[in-house]
Amino acid sequence: MRIVATLSIAVRALRRNLMRTLLTTLGMIIGVAAVIATVSLGYGAKAQIEAQIASIGQNVVLVWSGSMSRTGARSGWGGAGTLTIEDAEAIQREITGVVQISPEIQSSTQVAAGNQNWYTRIQGEGSEYFDIRQWPVIIGSAFSGQDVRNANKVAVIGQTIADQLFPGEDPLGRVLRVKNVPFKVVGVLSPKGLSVQGQDQDDLVVIPFTSSMKRVQRVTTLRNFMVQAAKPSLLFSVQQQIIDLLRQRHHITPEKDDDFTVRTQQEIAEVVTAQSRTMTVLLGAIAGVSLVVGGIGIMNIMLVSVTERTREIGIRMAIGARARDILLQFLTEAVTLSAIGGLAGIGLGIGFSRMLAASKGWPTLIPTEWLLYAFSFSAAVGVFFGFYPARKASRLDPIEALRYE
Amino acid sequence: MNTVIALEDIHKVYHTGGVDVHAVRGVSAEIKTGEFVAIMGASGSGKSTLMNIIGCLDRPTSGRYLLDGTDASRLERDELADIRNRKIGFIFQGFNLLARTSAVENVELPMLYGHAHLRGREQRARALQALETVSLVERAHHHPSQLSGGQQQRVAIARALVNQPALLLADEPTGNLDSQTSIEIMGVFQKLNNQGITLVMVTHELDIARYTRRNLIMRDGRIVSDTTVAERLDAERELARLRDAQQAVQLSL
Repeated sequence: MRIVATLSIAVRALRRNLMRTLLTTLGMIIGVAAVIATVSLGYGAKAQIEAQIASIGQNVVLVWSGSMSRTGARSGWGGAGTLTIEDAEAIQREITGVVQISPEIQSSTQVAAGNQNWYTRIQGEGSEYFDIRQWPVIIGSAFSGQDVRNANKVAVIGQTIADQLFPGEDPLGRVLRVKNVPFKVVGVLSPKGLSVQGQDQDDLVVIPFTSSMKRVQRVTTLRNFMVQAAKPSLLFSVQQQIIDLLRQRHHITPEKDDDFTVRTQQEIAEVVTAQSRTMTVLLGAIAGVSLVVGGIGIMNIMLVSVTERTREIGIRMAIGARARDILLQFLTEAVTLSAIGGLAGIGLGIGFSRMLAASKGWPTLIPTEWLLYAFSFSAAVGVFFGFYPARKASRLDPIEALRYE
Repeated sequence: MNTVIALEDIHKVYHTGGVDVHAVRGVSAEIKTGEFVAIMGASGSGKSTLMNIIGCLDRPTSGRYLLDGTDASRLERDELADIRNRKIGFIFQGFNLLARTSAVENVELPMLYGHAHLRGREQRARALQALETVSLVERAHHHPSQLSGGQQQRVAIARALVNQPALLLADEPTGNLDSQTSIEIMGVFQKLNNQGITLVMVTHELDIARYTRRNLIMRDGRIVSDTTVAERLDAERELARLRDAQQAVQLSL
């Protein structure tokens, strides 16, 4: 029997019980719409996180003091200061593929200027920081390598600091005090806005790390380095070289764990996206359950349909329909049912995710291949749950079926 | 004359509830091309079982059945379906048309399962031609519920004819019809038979059997009588007589 004829029989049978068809399809529609909406949220979040990670900078390898040992957490990342300025210089000097390095040291404290004060992040950085993060200074200029070497009291501030400490004024050349140490503002960073976590990225003061070590924190060790590799393919090699170099410099014997942690930007991205992926998978699984429930609805209705149409099956068999013709007819009907549900569900799911994006401002993104997955899966649900009723129909005895009242 | 049906010592035993029911106990018969045979018998005589075997809906427990030269007694389900499609046209007591499906679409149905993949237009042409044979072309697009019993049975006959089978098989074709419509249907059968079509009909009505050429009578699963109909009734003449009689009644009123 030809496909077109089979399909037209299926559509006609489904139209005969329009209400029943619609209600049965509803199960599929809701299931598919839930999957599409979940996936769009998951992918939206993922895309946003990836953009965030990319904003760390280009081809970045991060080095923290402290490590996660195989036996468990011994000291947190960035906890104990085991990194030194000499380590940073050695990395810059000895490791091939390293473009530049910015040692980092962070603290949070109250800063004041005139009669204004503000609690903010103080980041001690190298002069390379702005280039690595590709974060341009829009007013004034960044501090120089000379400023870093001399531990000069200069600062580059974020937009929020400019607004809070110097409202309506030109901040350049003004002085702000960090723990009573005066710093001269030499530049203002371009605004970045909020991060995924809702943190204000412009709420910071960047000073030379040397100044931070000597004048603010009064420490001799560093918490972390930001290293830039020449190209993405060198990230792994740079990471390995840094590990070897630091183990050697820190005199770590082979049986001991590292007292530092080296992560590439890719690895960080993977960790963060893995978290959002777990969430997506979880929600997707719940949505998937509703698809299965929809499938059971289809199976139920198809079983009813087979019983109702026993006589029709008998007639068709008497005039020459083979078992596979009957099987195909009912299977086509089930798949038509689920595929229509799938299509409608995709439409509803897209509409729902647009609505979420519009009303709640959540990032949503629907990859095209997922539309295909959702449709194929709903069709597969039809085949899976339609098979048993269809086989039952195809195995009827024509004589019994003809006698059925 | 070719033999269309050759039954050789057909037995059929059903196993129901642990008891063997011997429905057909050794039937042998031959039906040749162009015959018009009525199989008669009381209920339980085994005529329906025999009919199912002749119609390739069922297989005999033992014995051999040749239909148009093909041994149909040992075929698989799908092969039987194929034979039903190509060689047999079924006409049932309850018409068995698909509801909410137009007359012409009902007639097209057997072509849907046929081997010859006809184009839609050709199928439609053939179906209309078959409806023409039973004088029902003008009702081609009516649904069964919009047709009288006699008209529904004509659609069923057209459906049986559409694949040009070797044999028309009718199971109590007049069982649900009044006497005048029954005679009309017999008229259609006689016309088809005169064109050379082989017809086998199961009936329990004696007067209906008199329109055929040969009567087989069954009892307890065996054929007990095989006679040629001596004074065969002609449907056209009987209808004319019936009409006269009806007119006479109206005149007398």
